[in-house]
Amino acid sequence: MEGGSGPGKNEVAVKLGSSDHLLGLMTTRRDELAAAWIEVVSQTLAGRISRAELDQELHELYAALVEALRAGGLDASGEHYTEVRALLAELSRNRARQGFRPAETAVSLFALKRGLERLLDDGSADDVAAYLALSRLTDELGMFTVDSFAASREQIISSQAEELLELSTPVVKLWDGVIGVPLVGTLDSARTQVVMEKLLQELVDTGSAHAIIDITGVPAVDTEVAQHLLKTVVAARLMGAECIVSGIRPQIAQTIVALGIEFGDIVTKATLADALRHALRRSAQRAALSVGDAA
Amino acid sequence: MTVAEPDVGEVRVQTIATSDDVVRARQLARNLAVECRLSLVDQTKLVTAASELARNTLVYGGGGSLSGALVQDARRRGVRLTFTDQGPGIPDVDLALSDGWSSGSGMGLGLSGARRLADDFDLRTTVGAGTTVTVIKWTH
Ligand SMILES: Nc1ncnc2c1ncn2[C@@H]1O[C@H](COP(=O)(O)OP(=O)(O)OP(=O)(O)O)[C@@H](O)[C@H]1O
Ligand SMILES: [Mg+2]
Repeated sequence: MEGGSGPGKNEVAVKLGSSDHLLGLMTTRRDELAAAWIEVVSQTLAGRISRAELDQELHELYAALVEALRAGGLDASGEHYTEVRALLAELSRNRARQGFRPAETAVSLFALKRGLERLLDDGSADDVAAYLALSRLTDELGMFTVDSFAASREQIISSQAEELLELSTPVVKLWDGVIGVPLVGTLDSARTQVVMEKLLQELVDTGSAHAIIDITGVPAVDTEVAQHLLKTVVAARLMGAECIVSGIRPQIAQTIVALGIEFGDIVTKATLADALRHALRRSAQRAALSVGDAA
Repeated sequence: MTVAEPDVGEVRVQTIATSDDVVRARQLARNLAVECRLSLVDQTKLVTAASELARNTLVYGGGGSLSGALVQDARRRGVRLTFTDQGPGIPDVDLALSDGWSSGSGMGLGLSGARRLADDFDLRTTVGAGTTVTVIKWTH
C-alpha cells in the first residue's frame, strides 16, 4: 500500500472501529456499489431468482443497511439494525423455501464486500478502513443469516413431517357406519398416536359404530404399538363403538404371541374383507334388535 | 450362554439418543436380518426385539448405542445385537424380566418378550453403571 500523503499506519488502526468512510462510500457511490453487489449475487444464483425480484430485495436491504450504519454504526446486533435483521430473516426464509443451500444464501450478504472491492482500486487508508468495517459488519450479519436460514429449514422440515404424518394416515369410510384406517409402514409412537386420535374423532364425526384398523402394511408390532392399539380399542368401546383389528400376518401373530401380548376379547380378523363382513353382520344384528324394540 | 461368537461382517453402530434413533436401530436390525437371510418370521422377531431393547436403552438407560454384526458358529449364521447404556442399571433383574412388571407405564413385556423372541439372550447390568443386553437370532 502506498502511504503517499494519506494517513499513516497508526491512523488506519484508529479508524478500524469507525464506519464513517464506509457510510460515505455507500451513500455517494450508491448506484455503482448496489449494481456491483447485485451483479455478483445474481451470478452465484444463476438465474434461479428473477433479476427483478433480486433487484428489489437487495435494494431494500441496501437502503436499510445505510440507515442502520448512519444511526447505529457497526453495532449489528443493536436496535438500529432491527430492520436489517428482519430483511435478512425474510431473505433466509425465502431462500430456504426455494431450496437454496446455506452458502448460497449467505453469499447475498458477503457479495457486498466483493462489490466494494471493485470500487477500491487505489487502496487508501480510508478505503481499507471502510473495507474492514464492512467486513466486520457482514461477518456478524452473515452469522445471523445462516442462523435464520437454519431455523427456517428446520421449521419447513418439521411442518413437512407433520403434513406427511397427516397424509399417511387416512381414515376412510368403508360403509355406512363402518370406518377404516389402513396402517402402513413403521409405526413410531407419534404416528400411532395421531392415527388413533384421528380414528376416535372420525367415529364421533360420522357416528359410526364400527372401526377397522388394518395392519397389513405394518412390518412389526411391538409393545408400544400394541399398547396404543389396545388403548384405542378401549376408548372406542367407551364411546359405544367396536374396533376390529385386521391384517395380522403370520409373522406378526407369532411375534405378538412370543412377546406375551394378550389382545383379550378384541375382535381380530385375517383380512380387511373378513373384518368388514363381521362389522356388517353386527350392524345388521343391531338394526334387527332396534326394530324388535320398536315393535 | 456364550455370546462371544466370531464376527463375520463388520460391526455396525447406531447411537440411541432420540426416538428417531429407535427407528434407525430397528432398520439396522432389519438390514442385518435380511443380509443373514433369516426367515420372514425370524426377521420380524429380531426387529421387534430390537425395537423393545432400543426403547429401553433410550427410556431407562438414558440413551446409549446398538452394535450389530453378522456372526457365525460351526453350524449356522446369525445376527448379534448388543445394546449398551451407562444408565442406572437394573436393581432386580428377575423382577425386570418377569412378565408384566414395569417401573414406568409400559406393559412390562419388552425385556421378557425380547428374551423369548431371540435365540440367545444375555443381560449384564450394574447398578449405577449401566446395562448391556445382547441377543442373537440364528438361522435354522
Ligand atoms: N436399559 C435399562 N436400564 C435400566 N432399567 C431398565 C432397562 N431396561 C429395562 N429396565 C427396567 O426393566 C423394566 C421392565 O422392562 P420392560 O421392557 O420389560 O418393560 P417396560 O419397558 O416398562 O414396558 P414395555 O412393555 O413397554 O417394554 C422397566 O420398566 C425398567 O424398570
Ligand atoms: Mg420396554
